[in-house]
Amino acid sequence: MILPGLVYYIIFHYLPMYGVVIAFKDFKPLLGILGSPWIGFKQFNRFFSHPYFFRLIKNTFLLSFYSLIFGFPAPIILALMLNEVRNATYKRFVQTVSYLPHFISIVALVSILNLFLSPTTGAINVVLQRVFGMKPIYFMAEPGWFRPLFVGSGIWQNIGWGAIIYLAALSQVDMQLYDAALVDGASRLRRIWHISLPSIMPTIIILLILRIGTLFYVGFEKVILMYNPATYTTADVIGSYVYRRGLQHAEFSYGAAVGLFNSVINVTLLITANWISRRVTEQSLW
Amino acid sequence: MVKRKRKGSIIRDTSVSSKMLDVIIHLTLVFILIVTLFPVLHIASVSLSSGKAVAKNIVTFYPRGLQLNAYKSVLETARIPRSFKNSVIYTTVGTLVNMLMTITMAYPLSKKRLTLRGFYTTLVVITMFFSGGLIPYFLLVKKLGMYNNIWALVIPGAITTWNLIILRTFFQSMSVELEESAYLDGAGDFTILIRIVLPLSKAAIATISLFYMVSHWNSWFQAMIFLKEKSKYPLQLILREIVLQGQYIEEMVKKGMMALADQMGSVGTDEYISIEKLKYATLFISMVPMLIVYPFIQKYFVKGIMIGSLKG
Repeated sequence: MILPGLVYYIIFHYLPMYGVVIAFKDFKPLLGILGSPWIGFKQFNRFFSHPYFFRLIKNTFLLSFYSLIFGFPAPIILALMLNEVRNATYKRFVQTVSYLPHFISIVALVSILNLFLSPTTGAINVVLQRVFGMKPIYFMAEPGWFRPLFVGSGIWQNIGWGAIIYLAALSQVDMQLYDAALVDGASRLRRIWHISLPSIMPTIIILLILRIGTLFYVGFEKVILMYNPATYTTADVIGSYVYRRGLQHAEFSYGAAVGLFNSVINVTLLITANWISRRVTEQSLW
Repeated sequence: MVKRKRKGSIIRDTSVSSKMLDVIIHLTLVFILIVTLFPVLHIASVSLSSGKAVAKNIVTFYPRGLQLNAYKSVLETARIPRSFKNSVIYTTVGTLVNMLMTITMAYPLSKKRLTLRGFYTTLVVITMFFSGGLIPYFLLVKKLGMYNNIWALVIPGAITTWNLIILRTFFQSMSVELEESAYLDGAGDFTILIRIVLPLSKAAIATISLFYMVSHWNSWFQAMIFLKEKSKYPLQLILREIVLQGQYIEEMVKKGMMALADQMGSVGTDEYISIEKLKYATLFISMVPMLIVYPFIQKYFVKGIMIGSLKG
């Protein structure tokens, strides 16, 4: 019974891994993979010595790093806050509303950004002009705004959804622990810090490791939707570069090489994160 | 699933600092509510408002001067209903394939007696972290002859490892006695799966199906790289073209204009359909299916995450 599933995995996940071999070849579609000449690391060298190389690495790293340090704690904080709410109906209401954004498509999300930040008609700019008397800002065309917008919209979309797991764990904590701490004179914050937080620590660590392992994949679909030539300097990441050069310009070998580089970095990060976690906290993925 | 009622606290903390924290928390939550709901309300409002109000930028979170002609214009553009239909087809077929493949893979993986079980599991888990990359993936799909048709959207994504693991965990938590007695009665694997396991797993199946459905409905990238004919485009891709790339706007504006013979293009009128209104209307239309379905299905998603979190 397991056969179709296995076949699927082999064809669609492992075969492309083999296909990555074209990164080492000068791939010509007519010759096929086996027939194309082998050129070793030439494509990689081409990438490393490209003037955009550092920019791409920097953008990819910064974008995912900011997403991590702002986007990862946000659901945790929301979960901790919701956990302190006593009215169950109110709590459920806020929860339900908060993960609504998760279900709109990424195209819709970026559309919202575009429309609301439009210099002429966008709500944000209207407010800036009328209430603060400022000049309109071309948010989507300013490289400086790209990262905050990317990370911020990501938080908006995922904070509620991400909080679900943490809330589930928090709801398992025995109330008596809190009562005992209160009797001992612990303040609210201390109770949160010493009881709530540790109870979700295992979950946090596992999710953190997983997040680090996909750090460099950084949601390139969203980048492609959001960026334009004006913002390439901060917006272009490795994934979007692979798409542009590898697919749009059909430089297959080159694209494969850069893509492979990306994957290798991710795996390295994952293994490192897992190793560190195992040493420091005795929690790890494997 | 047994619902555990949390025991109430016997004592209450009534210190000042605790109350202050309460205030901060409430303010933050209200802020989150506003920030989440305002965009949706604003989009709906602008798209429903009169041209005059929109031109003066005075629409906030309720429509001013109800005007439905933007929607008329948008819905009459052939592309949008057609892409809507496409999305429905892709989602339906896609989810069916997904469920077929995921169930037939999750079930064996949940059985300890499967030979090479550890090997298969590792095989599957590795794919969550490492992939061949965009280019080999693209070339492979093309080579298999799936370019420019529905199969490119359905087959390469047939199993999402994350969902597979959730389902497998669920199957593992089912009691073995039922199946064992079925074996003794001479039932084969498939029979057991269909007759016994599945009827008992309705909740999990529903949840996973919903995950897949949402994923299909919202997808656009696979369609963009694999579909050549615009008549095959799904809704999200058309949305992108209209709102983000400004395509077809002229066509829609003209259509809307021609319907009001004596109000052509006058900016200050109530009936004026600005580009902006068209975009907002299109965006809202793309969000409506999800908004409508959401209240009914959101509890399934929560359950799904909880099952999945058992693995972590």
